Amino acid sequence: MTMVAKAKLGLKQRYALLTRGLDWEPSYQSKSAVYPYAEFEGIKIHDWSKWEDPFRLTMDAYWKYQAEKERKLYAVLDSFAQNNGQMGLSDVRYINAIKLFLTGVSPLEYQAHRGFAHVGRHIPGVGPRVAAQMQSLDELRHVQTQIHTLSHYNKFFDGFHEWQHMHDRVWYLSVPKSFFDDARTAGPFEYFIAIGFAFEYVLTNLLFVPFMSGAAYNGDLATVTFGFSAQSDESRHMTLGIEVIKFLLEQDPDNLPIVQKWVDKWFWRGHRVLGLVAMMMDYMLPKKIMSWREAWDIYFTEAGGSLFEDLARYGLKVPKYADVATAEADHLSHQNWSTFYQYTQAAAFHTWLPTPQEMDWLSEKYPTTFDKHYRPRYEMWAEMEKEGKRFYNNALPQLCTVCQIPMVYTEPGDPGTIAFRTSQHKGETYHCCSDGCKDIFDGEPEKYSQSWLPVHQIFQGNCGGASVEDVLKWYRMNLGADNLDQAGSPDQKLWNEWMAARQRVAG
Amino acid sequence: MAVVALEKDYADKVEVRDRVENFHGNHVVYLHWEEHLGFCAALAFPLPPAMPFGALIQEIIPTYYGMHPDFASIDWSAVRWTIDGKEVTPDPAKSLAEHGVGHKSLVRFWTPGLHGFKGSHS
Repeated sequence: MTMVAKAKLGLKQRYALLTRGLDWEPSYQSKSAVYPYAEFEGIKIHDWSKWEDPFRLTMDAYWKYQAEKERKLYAVLDSFAQNNGQMGLSDVRYINAIKLFLTGVSPLEYQAHRGFAHVGRHIPGVGPRVAAQMQSLDELRHVQTQIHTLSHYNKFFDGFHEWQHMHDRVWYLSVPKSFFDDARTAGPFEYFIAIGFAFEYVLTNLLFVPFMSGAAYNGDLATVTFGFSAQSDESRHMTLGIEVIKFLLEQDPDNLPIVQKWVDKWFWRGHRVLGLVAMMMDYMLPKKIMSWREAWDIYFTEAGGSLFEDLARYGLKVPKYADVATAEADHLSHQNWSTFYQYTQAAAFHTWLPTPQEMDWLSEKYPTTFDKHYRPRYEMWAEMEKEGKRFYNNALPQLCTVCQIPMVYTEPGDPGTIAFRTSQHKGETYHCCSDGCKDIFDGEPEKYSQSWLPVHQIFQGNCGGASVEDVLKWYRMNLGADNLDQAGSPDQKLWNEWMAARQRVAG
Repeated sequence: MAVVALEKDYADKVEVRDRVENFHGNHVVYLHWEEHLGFCAALAFPLPPAMPFGALIQEIIPTYYGMHPDFASIDWSAVRWTIDGKEVTPDPAKSLAEHGVGHKSLVRFWTPGLHGFKGSHS
């Protein structure tokens, strides 16, 4: 009798069985009934078997890798907590960047999880479906690890306690929220291009590198560690994003104009959301890594430039208004920080005027714009503060219908004049902050005529009441603790006590 | 352009969130002082259409812009106004509606000789 030992399956075979092997052709139902979202966007796919898996990861391997990363992350978090890692930060002001991350970015990880779960159900091709399901799990892991990591800061500092509630309601958080709501209410192919390609591939380095390097420079080891823990997932996501775009463009020439429109739209929407990162880099980090301008040049102009050169063979062009976004890089962070400074009463993090040293750094990094347009603004406000008349903007700002940011951005080439763009649709007027946002509105006016604009919702009486205090309570902000300037905040007071105690110990 | 949507009659089911009926008799009016970008954006107000234009000048503008160092120097007789891009000479006694200020109208004003803090448009 001979025993034939059955050889263990190789990774490639196991992956093939997991994906292709588990798929089947429906017989009781039509394929279009099983995949009802597959056709309405106009994307034509002729042969799903042409899909090349960018990575072949089986579930057992996936669990094993992720479990190892989790063990390392939680070991670091334990040690950070035991050693009072919060006291090793460069300065307490840094914490505000992390508040912005938890309220503005972490909920997007959860949105990405839900979006990829949807795509992982509704894309007819089995290869991309499995890849989207894995990305969905990654995104869920990211939001969980971020919540766990940042919960440590919630023990000491204000503004962390209602991040999810705030994400759904607070005026400036409607900017990232509406970005993902827009993507998730699109069809599965647009979602894939919006998040998988435009966001994960083209723009993600401008989100994660600044936050994670910022954390490293400012002593926040906990955040650096969740960044590392997510990094190998991110590279998988980027590979998936580039594969999706190549696949769609190779399948049918009719896909090109549709994909180009999505790339244009999602580049611009991403650029607008990343303005929060610009402000974080230039104003909120006590120890700066590089300016937004420098980051834009490296990660968009250089890296994005070679990407689009590579994609030119499919006929895909550099996103429309990329040149406008590049020119805006000299203004973006200043215009955004000025906005939060004057609405500090309504923000769940603290603000401040840049110090003279920081202003010099900004002059050096922005030689053509800072001294001319923005230094005088801060000097005016510093004078007002000195006279005991700290400037608060007591009216609500006009918002862009598409990006939902207050309409603070100026005309290309004319930094002294706000850019106003309007569209008419079925007898109603809609305002946009830029040609980029107006094009998006005009492309789908039915969608954006439903925008939940925080300022208009307050006027309609849907946000807890008519006074600022009513609205902030509805946001669940702790007034006098979460909002207003850094100076005089409970966060600052606590930090000062810690530093004084440390000095006493040091003798 | 045709609506790209799964549902055929999607466009008919759209509920416009900001239609005028939702604002309790008010119009949303945006106001913007040009060359004074310390006020980061145009300001939004829910205003009754019957409100006289003069109330904008005497009550709303001083309340929300009055803290600016340029404010005291404004020569109101020289101010240039536009409503939705059209040049107007306002009549303080006439209502906003009579001036053509509608729902989501934009009122911009320029104050000659005043270009923001140290001429910086701030």
